Amino acid sequence: MTQYTLASQIAFVHLMSRKKQTFIAALGVTFGISVFIAMIGMMNGINNLLEDLTLSATPHIHMYRDIQRREPSVMQRLLGNTPLIEVHHERPKNEQKKLRNALTMLDYIRKDPDVYGASPLLTAQVFYQYGQHEIGGTIAGVDILEEHKLFGIGDKLIGGNLYDVLTTDNGIIIGSGLAETMQVNVGDKINVTTVTGTRVLLRIVGIVQMGIGAIDNSRSYSTLHTAQRLLQKDKSFITDINIKLRDLYKAKDKSHLYSNLFGYKAEDWETANASILVSFTLRNTITYSVSVALLIVAGFGIYNILNMTIYEKMRDIAILKATGFSGGDVKAIFMIQALSLGLGGAIAGLLVGLLMSYGISKIPFEAKGVINLTSLPMSFSPLYYAIGLVFGLLTTAAAGYLPSRKAGKIDPVEIIRGK
Amino acid sequence: MKEENDIVLRCSSIVKYFTTPVKFKALNNISFTIQRGEFLSLIGKSGSGKSTLLYVLSTMDTDYEGTLEINNTLLTGKTLNQLSDFRNEHIGFVFQFHFLLPEFSCLKNVMLPALKLGKKSEKEVEHDAYEKLRLLGVADQALKTANTLSGGQQQRVAIARALINNPTIIMGDEPTGNLDKTNSDIVFGIFRELTADYGQTIIAVTHDQDFAQRTDRIIELSDGELLTSNR
Repeated sequence: MTQYTLASQIAFVHLMSRKKQTFIAALGVTFGISVFIAMIGMMNGINNLLEDLTLSATPHIHMYRDIQRREPSVMQRLLGNTPLIEVHHERPKNEQKKLRNALTMLDYIRKDPDVYGASPLLTAQVFYQYGQHEIGGTIAGVDILEEHKLFGIGDKLIGGNLYDVLTTDNGIIIGSGLAETMQVNVGDKINVTTVTGTRVLLRIVGIVQMGIGAIDNSRSYSTLHTAQRLLQKDKSFITDINIKLRDLYKAKDKSHLYSNLFGYKAEDWETANASILVSFTLRNTITYSVSVALLIVAGFGIYNILNMTIYEKMRDIAILKATGFSGGDVKAIFMIQALSLGLGGAIAGLLVGLLMSYGISKIPFEAKGVINLTSLPMSFSPLYYAIGLVFGLLTTAAAGYLPSRKAGKIDPVEIIRGK
Repeated sequence: MKEENDIVLRCSSIVKYFTTPVKFKALNNISFTIQRGEFLSLIGKSGSGKSTLLYVLSTMDTDYEGTLEINNTLLTGKTLNQLSDFRNEHIGFVFQFHFLLPEFSCLKNVMLPALKLGKKSEKEVEHDAYEKLRLLGVADQALKTANTLSGGQQQRVAIARALINNPTIIMGDEPTGNLDKTNSDIVFGIFRELTADYGQTIIAVTHDQDFAQRTDRIIELSDGELLTSNR
């Protein structure tokens, strides 16, 4: 019989002889872990939902001409940076916003094996005419098939048909919020004024709901051609290129590559959505701190109960030591008790947490403006169940360590003679 | 009784101080040897240092000067773990109180030191434990927990536990101190039998003159000094 099986035998007899205390100590861990599981499930559910929402609507890399980009003046280029030349309140020169050679760039990008697709975009600032009112918004001229491939726009139509935009002259797919405000439906016609004053009559062939209010209330889609005509530009006029990659975590590297290659600004999704990513981190931080606090409380419970047990069992410990059990053996007996409490409590906690998560995921929760949300989003990722288990064991190991060490150091002579 | 020159315990110049509440010399230059099969009693007034000496000899107290040898092994200066292992194999204890673990059956209590030693399988250990319990006449109590037994029975189970690893020495700290006359006599009888028939060495601290007089040898302490060590 090995040393540890004997120690665990004694440990289990100890635990079983105080069923109530054992139960309560384990319950503390169960509570901590189950709350952790339920909370992290909810937070991650929300995170995943938001991530899906944002990522489905945002490109991995967005390439455009950045008007912030300052080019040194001719004099500066010739003379270098000297205090002799200073230009105050410099303004960008009157330059077209278009990407030069956009179609060649598109071809090049689409040939990259890492790229899932690249979609050209031309955004037109417009006013939608609603009676006497003007509603500010944009019309995105896109290659509708490529846009469907990248962002699944066809799946987000709540009315009309995606392909009608290709066959209808001046057809647009209007945002759902916009359609609601203007009380229009598929087949209706609306007037649109561009910032340069051109007025165009457009026919609604579809209504799209992206699930993000700000977009649905202002953006419509048309073909590139319609948008170019709206702005009175030529067929090569494209202001942005949206790229989706096969592996979204390569976005940072690829954006640098394209930026250097083409000389335009290429922004990756992480930079563009920094604030959303921060909110993910914040939510996770909150979840972990609450759970750690709960587990610390549970840990103190275990610490107390073990300490009490050790005082009660002082004589037994002394006699075990007298008959040849070493300090390490005694320590093992109590560590095994702590870890069994932790393991039992944590496993029960995982089960309770799973039930709680399931319950929460069934609570009706209607949300307007966000995609088809009827109940709270819940994540059941096994990773967090593993983390919960490790958490529970670590806390109990930490809580059990000091009392166990104390038990191991008990001087048997003092106890036996102290009678 | 065996008379061959077979020394199982040798202590020389044992000096021990207590530091609380004030520094105090509890044992002063104690040296003697014990032969195999001896039944020895350690007597003295309260505070004479007899129990202190026993715990030094038991290896549980390591805070002393001088040297201690049991079974030709020098124990002074060994680590606590080495001493635990040594106690497990070579020393059996009987205390004034039985000190049986209350959650375990008598049988299991007797088995524990042997399971710790780990030289035999659980089956063999159980068989040995039954044998020891039978030797002490408490085999029928084997599966009861300790607190359902009478004081005399508890002490006999405790002796069985002390015997389970066939130790070199059994050490008793007032082994009959908590027993009535009848049970004291039974326990003494068992000790006598163990030394006479099985060649077991026994050292017992006692304040019971009658008990001491019937042992082979008396060592008397007074104020930490060895008074007599007569045969």
